[in-house]
Amino acid sequence: MFNIPLNSFYIILVIFGMLALGSVSRVFISKKNPDKDFTELRQRIQSWWWMITILVSCLIISQTAAIILFGFISFLALKEFFSIVPTRQADRRVIFWAYLSIPVQYYWVSIEWYGMFIIFIPIFIFLFLPMRMVLIGETKGFIHASGITHWAVMLTVFCLSHIAYLLVLPVKNIDAGSIGLVIFLIFMTQLNDVAQYIWGKCLGKHPIIPKVSPNKTREGFLGGVITITLISGIIAPFLTPLTMAYGFLAGLIISVSGFVGDVVISSVKRDLEIKDSGTLIPGHGGILDRFDSLIFTAPLFFHYIYYVAY
Amino acid sequence: MMNKIPKLLFFIFFVKPVVFIILGLNIRGRNNLPLTGPAIIVANHNSHLDTIVIMSLYPLSKLHKIRPVAAADYFLSHPLLKWFSLNCIDIVPIKRNSQLKKSDLFQECHTALNKDDVLIIFPEGTRGAPEEIGRIKHGIFHLAQERNDTQIIPLVTHGLGKSLPRGEALLVPFNCDVIIGTKLPPETTRETFIENLSNAFNDLLKYCLTRNNAER
Repeated sequence: MFNIPLNSFYIILVIFGMLALGSVSRVFISKKNPDKDFTELRQRIQSWWWMITILVSCLIISQTAAIILFGFISFLALKEFFSIVPTRQADRRVIFWAYLSIPVQYYWVSIEWYGMFIIFIPIFIFLFLPMRMVLIGETKGFIHASGITHWAVMLTVFCLSHIAYLLVLPVKNIDAGSIGLVIFLIFMTQLNDVAQYIWGKCLGKHPIIPKVSPNKTREGFLGGVITITLISGIIAPFLTPLTMAYGFLAGLIISVSGFVGDVVISSVKRDLEIKDSGTLIPGHGGILDRFDSLIFTAPLFFHYIYYVAY
Repeated sequence: MMNKIPKLLFFIFFVKPVVFIILGLNIRGRNNLPLTGPAIIVANHNSHLDTIVIMSLYPLSKLHKIRPVAAADYFLSHPLLKWFSLNCIDIVPIKRNSQLKKSDLFQECHTALNKDDVLIIFPEGTRGAPEEIGRIKHGIFHLAQERNDTQIIPLVTHGLGKSLPRGEALLVPFNCDVIIGTKLPPETTRETFIENLSNAFNDLLKYCLTRNNAER
């Protein structure tokens, strides 16, 4: 009916299988320790079900549906960013224009205009926003405000829109289809978060950047990098045009940059003295808390694969 | 029944989509929200959005019981605004600055509370400067004094003054915080009541995600 390419279909099944396993173990663990509170774990897994169901549904309904979904995620992320950082009351109209960059950027994706997609934000938007700010005429805090606005659009619109552009690249692995690349990127990025967490829990001793994230350890980081590099090498030929060797490198890029994205957003939150960026996703926090790694892995993986395979 | 329909439609097709998609809420203390009346939610006031955001926290089936107390001299001044205020929001009008006795001033509030409604009151009396809590007026104390049956719940919103500040027509999307506190203890003197309320507001503000260091 929906014509899901077979390899992507298998990986989707594996992902839902892992979720089911997570849910079953959660029930099992909470039955065994009835006096402990597992609300957050339950919410966390429940939210995973929702997020993956929405993502997979949009991916299989149509390319347009998936592009709209990623555009909407960009909107939520940008809104969350603007809500937690200090902005000037005078810049409300500038911020309104920043939001308008989202539909335009994703329109370039949908018509597959690569040149425009790649320069629209860093050239046109980055030159337009300060001009609009000048028209308002408030110079107090100008540098600070334009820095914040630019970075917000860069992270949440430009970086995240690379996921959507993976969908419109010519299909080179027919068994995986255009959705294979997106599934690979998101699956590896999120698995990397999980792997670094589990390795850190099991072996973690030496903090890696105690000032930003006291719970992150060198052991967790290395364990995650090795795990994801290996798994990527195995899955990449299945879901992407990459060979196994290039798949290893893709995994290395994803796990290292995923870690960086995570700690960059953590630093933002630490600076603002907040723990979560929002409460949109129960058990996870805000949208930025969930997409922090993806903001960094998406453009880096995209340009890697664009260079190697296209 | 018929007169509830404009309010219901307004919330289904306008308020809920705007509040949950364009704005987005960071809600804390949802369990403290009074689901049955008589109760009074006392909130800070920065934007016209405050009212509909607080009302949108309630399920549609409860909506007709939730009524903001609003100034008659403003909301009933223009025929169109009057129709909207009474039918889409269902305000409890109050005559500010009138020479009425205190008991008459709150007559409509008492009628609503007697029907187990939940009232929303903004004790600052005006929206004021964005994201600042103004001076709390005393009216709320006198109303609370006369109602032993009514729980008083403090609630703080933050960030709405950014989305739609006073005097602006362009709505800019921002997440906002809605923090609901636990009910205030009964007090016999005006000063302690106002102090408790003001302390509760300041305490709830600490949980706001959209409130950055500069404002703390």
